[in-house]
Amino acid sequence: MKLSHLIRREILHRKLGFALATVSAAVAVAGLVAARAMLQKHDARTEQIITAREAQTRAQMARMEDDYRKMMLKMGFNVLILPKDQNLGDLYAEDYASKYMPEEYATRLARSRVVTINHILPSLQQKIQWPEYARTVLLMGVRGEVYVQNARQQPLLAPVAAGTMVLGHELAKNLKLEAGQQTKLMGREFTVARINPERGNKDDITVWINLAEAQSLLDKPGLINGILALDCTCDTLDRLARIRPEIARILPDTQIVEYASQALARAEARQRAATEAQASLQREKEGRTRLRQEREALAAVLVPVITAGSGVWLGLLALANVRERRDEIGILRALGLRSRQILLIFLGKAVVIGLAGAGLGYALGRGLGMWWRETPDAAAPTLGFWDVHLLALVLVAAPLLAALASWLPALIAAQQDPADVLREA
Amino acid sequence: MSARLQIENLGKSYAAPHGRVCALEAVSLAVQAGEFVAVRGPSGCGKTTLLLAAGALLQPTHGRVLVNGQDLYALAPERRARFRAAHIGFVFQQFHLVPYLDVLDNILSPALALKTSDPVRSRAAELACRFGLQDRLRHVPAALSTGERQRVALARALLNRPRLLLADEPTGNLDAHNGELVLRCLAEFARDGGSVLLVTHEARAEKSATRVVQMEAGRIQ
Repeated sequence: MKLSHLIRREILHRKLGFALATVSAAVAVAGLVAARAMLQKHDARTEQIITAREAQTRAQMARMEDDYRKMMLKMGFNVLILPKDQNLGDLYAEDYASKYMPEEYATRLARSRVVTINHILPSLQQKIQWPEYARTVLLMGVRGEVYVQNARQQPLLAPVAAGTMVLGHELAKNLKLEAGQQTKLMGREFTVARINPERGNKDDITVWINLAEAQSLLDKPGLINGILALDCTCDTLDRLARIRPEIARILPDTQIVEYASQALARAEARQRAATEAQASLQREKEGRTRLRQEREALAAVLVPVITAGSGVWLGLLALANVRERRDEIGILRALGLRSRQILLIFLGKAVVIGLAGAGLGYALGRGLGMWWRETPDAAAPTLGFWDVHLLALVLVAAPLLAALASWLPALIAAQQDPADVLREA
Repeated sequence: MSARLQIENLGKSYAAPHGRVCALEAVSLAVQAGEFVAVRGPSGCGKTTLLLAAGALLQPTHGRVLVNGQDLYALAPERRARFRAAHIGFVFQQFHLVPYLDVLDNILSPALALKTSDPVRSRAAELACRFGLQDRLRHVPAALSTGERQRVALARALLNRPRLLLADEPTGNLDAHNGELVLRCLAEFARDGGSVLLVTHEARAEKSATRVVQMEAGRIQ
């Protein structure tokens, strides 16, 4: 016969005491397992929330990006490159630049693969008297864009073919010109290719013709007085601070102005919205982290309290068991069992209690953790039943706790004098 | 030749609220191999104290106890326990069976104390048969009669083949038939070369003993 047989028989004999002790160990284990399961679920929920928020923010940002792009496209070019000696006061007074630069600048800029702007459009613009209609108009010679950043981008302004013109809405209306009609400008024959929709700005009184024809009509061969461009929708608010040095490096005798302040304001609003979205995400993360810390702190108090309570209860049950088995210990000692063997009988039982408690407590705690939901949300994260590391931990920790709690009673049993028992009997 | 059990000038006193109580006073006694010694005396005369001291269970205040020439109290507690398991068997009035072990396991329980190459299980079964317990092997003590319980205790005492049996009022709780049976077993054990020291206040034990010693107030008369 072995001591393990004795332990097994005793457990089967005193089932209630064993069950009470097992439940006590199970409560301690369940507390630990449930706390960990809840924290795991919290983490999973946090990841779920943050992932959703990030996706939402990304979608929102993409929408805003797209809105901004469309808005900018609608508004047209917002960067104007002018000869360096152009007086801006004159420009604003006359609506066109009075200084000129070589048309080749646009090609040079495009070839340099600038990153801060795209949609480069060289133009020659001048306010003229349309002699055939005795009407002041803005004449704009364009040749189509020379650079867009990628093939998917559509040009903001389609090139105007030689011998054709595009008219602003107000002008066409006043002059009763329609698409397809023939007309003359400064003695040269043109076909009205298209009437632009109403834009509410000077475009409504502009005549667009081919750049080469404009250079010929205005006697400015190979010259332009402005390069229109669209900024790169850079993230920074002070976009000009980024654009200027890059352009200055390529075209040192030019200057850059930004117009269309609406676009700028909207870009700023977009930037603010992006910043706010990021901040909101960060606040959410911080909130979840705080909540986790609070839960951790609660678990850090509750788990030791439950464990200590269970330990005390286990110790008391072990003590009661020792007292109940006083006669048995006495006779076993009389039969020659050594103190160490008596100690092993009680500690062995404690280990069995711990193992049983670990199994039961794990199932209870994990079940509780799986059942628990932060919110009654159907999409709450699920938790698997098996956490091998945690199970291994409790299978070691619970028998240790039970053995520790039973140590003193076991020691009392081991040191019990058999003569006292036998004499009293 | 030295005695199987040699008690020399044994004394034991306890501290009590009204001073020290002397349970044993200069007791000397020798039990030879094949001898069945009954110690008679009234209750409280120190018989059980003598038996416990002889069984290496109670450290005497003075004197020596030698079993097979070995001074029991010169041994360290752990070695003394091992010596006790190997050389001494006990039978008590209250049987002191382990309540949750069945008859066979109770008989086997002394084997826990010794690592032996003996086929203890078959010996336990053989002892059970010898004491008429072969049909009760799987019964727990609560399901046995008092006579059966004492026979289980006797079988248990004999498992490790001790050469000295110490019996404390083994017939005290038994009817005449079972009492006779137990005393006959003890006498047989002595006849087979064992030694028995029995303490009792009953007269019937005298018939089976080879020698009777009277004890009074902690002294052998």
